[in-house]
Amino acid sequence: MADDKSVGTEAEIKAEIKEEKGRIGSGLKQGIEAVKGLYDSYAVTAKHLFRKPITEQYPEEKRKLPARSRARIILTRDPDGQERCVACYLCSGVCPVSCISMQSAEREDGRRYARWFRINFSRCIFCGLCEEACPTLAIQLTPDFEICRRDLLELVYEKEDLLTDSGGKNETYDFYRHAGVSVKGDKGEHIGERPPVNVKTNLP
Amino acid sequence: MWLFGLLVLLIKIAAILAVVFGTAAYLILLERKLLGRLQIRLGPNRVGFGGILQPIADGMKVLLKEDLIPAHADRTIFKFAPAVVASGALLILAVIPLGRPLTVRGHEIPLIITDLNVGLLYVFALSSMSVYGMALGAWASNSKYSLIGGIRGAAQMISYELSLGLSLVPVALMAGSLNLTEIVEAQADYPFILAQPVAFLIFLISAMAEAKRLPFDLPEAENELIGGFHTEYSGMRFALFFVGEYVNMVVLGALVAVFFLGGWHGPWLPGPVWLFLKAMIVPIFMIWTRATLPRLRYDQLMQFGWKILLPVALLNILITGGILVWING
Repeated sequence: MADDKSVGTEAEIKAEIKEEKGRIGSGLKQGIEAVKGLYDSYAVTAKHLFRKPITEQYPEEKRKLPARSRARIILTRDPDGQERCVACYLCSGVCPVSCISMQSAEREDGRRYARWFRINFSRCIFCGLCEEACPTLAIQLTPDFEICRRDLLELVYEKEDLLTDSGGKNETYDFYRHAGVSVKGDKGEHIGERPPVNVKTNLP
Repeated sequence: MWLFGLLVLLIKIAAILAVVFGTAAYLILLERKLLGRLQIRLGPNRVGFGGILQPIADGMKVLLKEDLIPAHADRTIFKFAPAVVASGALLILAVIPLGRPLTVRGHEIPLIITDLNVGLLYVFALSSMSVYGMALGAWASNSKYSLIGGIRGAAQMISYELSLGLSLVPVALMAGSLNLTEIVEAQADYPFILAQPVAFLIFLISAMAEAKRLPFDLPEAENELIGGFHTEYSGMRFALFFVGEYVNMVVLGALVAVFFLGGWHGPWLPGPVWLFLKAMIVPIFMIWTRATLPRLRYDQLMQFGWKILLPVALLNILITGGILVWING
């Protein structure tokens, strides 16, 4: 028995044959699976050939954008038609690309306004942080995104370019009914103001 | 008489070149449109009615582009390589039979540029040539992306060249000739695809690898290698690579038509029209495949070529040869 190692026992040979058969079987199974996979994928793409394309042909077909989509920035007016902006510099301060600049001034009745107000849309990233920061709802973003120009300087919008006649997203809100000018009425008479607390009743 | 022959030859060459370049240009448009529709998009539709003039616009654009040569490129080879790829594909057309000989005023004009008796070998020799164009262009670009693309391409095309060649041996055995006209004549009764479906599949898969199409587009692999072997090319030289690829698709389609689909044989229509229609089947299938299958990994590509296609092709030769010997006694 010189070659007993290479031949092995009968049981070992049987196990080997079985394993070999299994390997061929699994190979065949894999092959069938591959063909089925190919067939399925070709069928899927062929089916899509006869579907209606979902392309929107942009300049001809314009999708109506949601009111909250963020693009060109406007300055709105309050219900009385006065500028809402009080030139508080909050938008300019929060702007991550520093594209908003202004000069504040004060009217004779003590109401603040922007002497000039400038947004450089070539820098604006339309993040909407200015809108979030604005205490008077003056600065708002609109869905109008078609503002590209050949000359970069044409993208610098001055106050008169930014101002609109509407109240934007909230027509009724008026900041000056709540705060911002010297007190007109008595304590507790302003909108949203609770009557003053009588401190003496708080005593134990 | 001598002049007449030359004139006929020139007319034939001009006609074939015009048809093939036109087909290749419009194949690019067809690919973009069809691929778009397969991906439920529209594809190009701005230039002309439904985008019909797109190839002309593309051609104008590519002609007006700057012809850039990288600073450390091997200039001679760099300039030369795209021509090798394109001319290799075009020269195969010389041996493709378009139809039965025409008879004009008593002169018999064969509808083939040159009826080589070793046409099959000529086809293999030229289809190997495009590897040189690609690998040399990649090497001469002196860029890592090009080089990786070129090496991948060389390895891939050498591997698949083998099964491409071996898959046609049964066809040559059945036709009893290496002459393409005689191979087509042998299919007068039935196309060889019915007798040799395995050889047809192997040839089709290898042809996709030869044409560097998905799922075998590793030499180009846009998202791995930018542009692969043609990364550094621009302008007309890039266009030559690009058009060469599409001409190659048309040529491979014509070869499939000649070897497996019965060439010019077909009812009603004239021979060249049948050949053209049959030759368009493979490019359209390649476009469909491009929309369907993802790219193979490099090791999968090699494994598939050497461990599956090559043994199956050899087995096919053995079985075909055995059956032919048995039948012919």
